Amino acid sequence: MWQSFVDLIHTLIPWFDGGLADVVIILIKGVALILPLIIMMAYMTYAERKVIGYMQLRIGPNRVGPLGLLQPFADVFKMMFKEIIFPSKANIYLFLLAPILAFVPAVAIWAVIPMGEGFYITDLDVSLLYVLAIGSVGVYGIILAGWASNSKYPLLGALRSASMLVSYEIVIGFVVVTVVMIAGSVNLNTIVADQAGGIWNWYWIPLFPMMIVFWISALCETNRAPFDVVEGESEIVGGTHVEYSGMCFALFFMAEYINMIMMAALAVLMFFGGWHSPFEGVPYLEAWFTFVPDLVWLLVKMSFFLFLYLWIRATFPRYRYDQIMRLCWKVFLPLTIIWIFVVGLMTQLEIGPWF
Amino acid sequence: MIKKVKKLVKDFGLGDIRAGMKITAKQLVADKITVQFPEERTPISPRFRGLHALRRYPNGEERCIACKLCEAVCPANAITIESEMRDDGTRRTTQYDIDLFKCIFCGFCEEACPVDAIVETHIFDYAFESRESSIIDKKGLLAIGDENEKAISKARLEDSKYR
Repeated sequence: MWQSFVDLIHTLIPWFDGGLADVVIILIKGVALILPLIIMMAYMTYAERKVIGYMQLRIGPNRVGPLGLLQPFADVFKMMFKEIIFPSKANIYLFLLAPILAFVPAVAIWAVIPMGEGFYITDLDVSLLYVLAIGSVGVYGIILAGWASNSKYPLLGALRSASMLVSYEIVIGFVVVTVVMIAGSVNLNTIVADQAGGIWNWYWIPLFPMMIVFWISALCETNRAPFDVVEGESEIVGGTHVEYSGMCFALFFMAEYINMIMMAALAVLMFFGGWHSPFEGVPYLEAWFTFVPDLVWLLVKMSFFLFLYLWIRATFPRYRYDQIMRLCWKVFLPLTIIWIFVVGLMTQLEIGPWF
Repeated sequence: MIKKVKKLVKDFGLGDIRAGMKITAKQLVADKITVQFPEERTPISPRFRGLHALRRYPNGEERCIACKLCEAVCPANAITIESEMRDDGTRRTTQYDIDLFKCIFCGFCEEACPVDAIVETHIFDYAFESRESSIIDKKGLLAIGDENEKAISKARLEDSKYR
């Protein structure tokens, strides 16, 4: 998909070649990725308010535009025109660096996420490792925000996030190990290609408990309810966000939502066959659905997981901090380690069509 | 022992989580109870006591005879009445002010009135732009009465069965 686009640019502008062309093409790729991502993120906030409203027997936003569909834009403009307030004793450089450190890794991860057959920005051989590595850099943004604000609630939020995110990263790491053991590769493209051939070949069946563990850890990694103790409106006001306003806050917000979308994409890529149609190998149905592009399948599956985020948020009360820690170290970690052995046995004995 | 195993199965089968999510899923498709206020309104009892109004007889003559019973009964002293004899020999008010900041909307003025002149309408969504405008004078009260005469008489009729 990209290659034909690059060729098109070269034929359209023949003198446009060499180093400059590469830079411009990279720029265009970046914008083509980030712009839809930000629009997705904006409408994710709309969907969140609407879905949670419906689950609470309310209607949700419905004033701006038809069905309130322009609400995200109203929010964006409000955020842009709001004043950015600096706490008088805060370290301004760190204070401004924190939202950038939260936002940049959230977007940078998307460089390796494949969105279709051969439709990606980079085909990195260690893409899953890259996702884990860059994903943990995002924690620095939150910790720095808490520290630089020079205020007690943000600091508490930062302390919570530091230990929580680090613990759950271990669990996610182990879950990824099971996926890698089955696929035999750390490349997301290969992992998805390995799941070709219908819904029965996807990894969610041999890794069913891991999928659930991954999803709950993903809730934790993205600071979403019921694990949103980092923000904890009712306990520590807004956690690390307390002192931030305007676009600085918007950057944190965008980082959180882009991370959510990334986690949904990762769950689909690792457990639900990525862009593969669920009807592959099924007579008739496979032929009927061949017209659906790869990207649409991926987006449909992702939107289910994004809906699950909202559904879970509307359902459960917030976990207490020590309960979150207990869940991580005493339940998930032993479970994942046991399942690593189970998967090891399954791969050795070659049970099922997955290995 | 069996109890423990049962609990273990329930916990690892996400029993409570599934039950909770089932409830929210049902709520998602249930009828919404929000009332879109300016466009939709909740039903109001005919006895509802809102903004005041002065009524007229069908021939256009104002009902109020300046008996000052409402002024006397008003527990908040919100009503001020001045009266004089009109050319045709009847007693009429020259001034009839209600201070809506003082008024507690008890409805005693309405109860006291022998000619059903002062009434409380169903209007409850009004606002003032300055402090002085909280006092409604006779002209304003009569205007409110003229504007809402249909609704006022309908509410009186509905309520008359129970009085």
